[in-house]
Amino acid sequence: MSASPLPSHPDTPLLSVRGLAKHFPIRSQGLLKKQIGLVRAVDDVNFDLRRGETLGLVGESGSGKTTCARTILRALVPTAGSVHFASRGGVVDLATLSDTALKPLRQEMQMIFQDPFSSLNPRMTVGDIVAEPFRIHNLATGSDLEDRVVDILRKVGLRPEHRQRYPHAFSGGQRQRIGIARALIMRPSFVVADEAVSALDVSVQAQVINLLQDLQDELGLTYLFVAHNLGVVRQLCDRVAVMYAGRIVELADTAELFANPRHPYTKMLLSAEPHPDPDVPMSFDSTGEVADAGRLPTGCAFHPRCPRRFEPCDKLIPTLSAIPGTPCAAACHLYPTP
Amino acid sequence: MKPDSSAPPAPAASHAPMPSAYALQLKNLQTRFRTEEGDLPAVNDVSLSLRRGKVLAVVGESGCGKSVTAYSILRLIRPPGRIAAGQIVFHPRDGAAPIDIAALSEESDQLYHLRGGFISMIFQEPMTALSPVHTVGNQICEAILLHQRKTPAEARAIAIDMLQKVGIPGPERRIDQYPHELSGGMRQRIVIAMALVCRPEVLIADEPTTALDVTIQAQILKLIKDLQRELGTSVIFITHDLGVVAQIADDVAVMYLGRVVEQGTVRQVLKTPRHPYTASLLRSLPGLDTDAARLPTIQGSVPSLGNVPPGCPFHPRCPHAVPGRCDVGAVPELRSFDADHLAACVRVEELAAATASVSHSVKAPVQA
Repeated sequence: MSASPLPSHPDTPLLSVRGLAKHFPIRSQGLLKKQIGLVRAVDDVNFDLRRGETLGLVGESGSGKTTCARTILRALVPTAGSVHFASRGGVVDLATLSDTALKPLRQEMQMIFQDPFSSLNPRMTVGDIVAEPFRIHNLATGSDLEDRVVDILRKVGLRPEHRQRYPHAFSGGQRQRIGIARALIMRPSFVVADEAVSALDVSVQAQVINLLQDLQDELGLTYLFVAHNLGVVRQLCDRVAVMYAGRIVELADTAELFANPRHPYTKMLLSAEPHPDPDVPMSFDSTGEVADAGRLPTGCAFHPRCPRRFEPCDKLIPTLSAIPGTPCAAACHLYPTP
Repeated sequence: MKPDSSAPPAPAASHAPMPSAYALQLKNLQTRFRTEEGDLPAVNDVSLSLRRGKVLAVVGESGCGKSVTAYSILRLIRPPGRIAAGQIVFHPRDGAAPIDIAALSEESDQLYHLRGGFISMIFQEPMTALSPVHTVGNQICEAILLHQRKTPAEARAIAIDMLQKVGIPGPERRIDQYPHELSGGMRQRIVIAMALVCRPEVLIADEPTTALDVTIQAQILKLIKDLQRELGTSVIFITHDLGVVAQIADDVAVMYLGRVVEQGTVRQVLKTPRHPYTASLLRSLPGLDTDAARLPTIQGSVPSLGNVPPGCPFHPRCPHAVPGRCDVGAVPELRSFDADHLAACVRVEELAAATASVSHSVKAPVQA
């Protein structure tokens, strides 16, 4: 895998992802289960995550953003690449660590899920749901644990007496707060939020966005924020990585990305977003469909939909590299590498 | 009505009686559900007018009654739900006598012909709206054969033509495929083809793009808009997405807890919202004003229908609620503020005066 062409940062990044890939074999129906194809869900992903920042990972369904996040957390075993994580005990490569060595690190990396209705066990009280990570890691019991549960419930805007209730008694927004409390009770340094506010209504979504920001400031969290809603990403993220067909096609500071998108796919994505001002027309020019990760086109996976494709696009896969003179990186032949 | 390029074509028979300016009107519609919490009105005293050849967006958060309103129009409400009061008046384009759909008997031929023939619906999730065991061609042809006098061969030709119209490449090949062989965007195109193949006068679209990605959503919105103009269809567009509303609607009705709280043209409602709920909803959209340190929110959450607050149902969450005025008495009436711009708020005049100097308009995005 190629070394990082990305601009480096003076401080050690919390997370450093290099050449990360996750492929799923497609097997035949028969007895032999012969491999007949390969879904390249994530391919050659490179980025750094700085301490305390929020990096948005955006893309449409099937772009590989969720698989990428799950592979980073080792919920899936990567096919290739490294994920260097600056844990409290030093820098480790999550991609190659044994399961035993990984378990204590799980306290430091947590996940907030999309669906507040299916991610909470309906048979457990809120107190038990939030305390479960502590029980698994055998870190606290009795009144000490009780205090921590009360403390985190307060932090996410719930009340101590909510401990005895079951998830069904709560609204969608409150359930998402419970999910956040469960993720944060271990005091993680790194939190993956996978579409954490996507299922919520606008009025409740705004409350949870503010909560995530407050908790980040208070607890010094670093977020990898997986989302498809560009407004949410613009509100919450410091930098944004745009994924298409398993690869990052553009990585830039949020303000820069929205003001000046470089990759033709980013441009298509931003212009297709309907704006709530009737006098700001959206573009209806988007064409084609997201590439099938099991049958990727040759060269740049976006080239069949790209209005600016030219000679090399169907032959060479462009790599993500910094665009000279800009704070952005793009994987596009329009921006040749020096 | 102002002259407009999207105006419907004149009726073929010019000597026929003039059709109503409205394609569909709801009058004081109430749809109730018997639940453990009691007999609750999911839709309460809703009056809406769909202008002929226009797109009326009905917008609100989950549980506001927007989908129940849509299902009521086609009489798709099943027990424990029922239409408890009100009228659903359909005005045929040919100028024939208006029909009150709410009053039709369940088995009447008229209801059978209206559904799918004159009024049809696009559902949110294309996979549940399509049968997995029939080819897409058979499903489109079924609608044609039910509502028009056509032979199967003619129906097939019409179906292929319709697939072409909704932008499906290779329609001669696709027509014999099953829904699982198609992508989500393609399936939604099939559902649209099914809904429009009988050239309905009214189309009800219930969150037709919510399950789709934004670039596919743009294509589907364009398709609905183009076909609506070409066929002169009047559309009720149910959605929770204010961005989609701004881009596709002519008129807007905002619902909260089963009632319409604000109604007007898309510019009136989105650029100068008069009900505090609409205004708060617009302000709490993420990503529009990233200079603000925090996103403005609406406090609390939507109460359950079994627990509707007295007075204005929005008052516990309203930043402008005044004790003694907003929390007592009857539900505020939907009344005219500025010509056809209606809001159900007792303080609408004073709030409008107070905010006259403050711009309500959302910031334009900085985009290359």
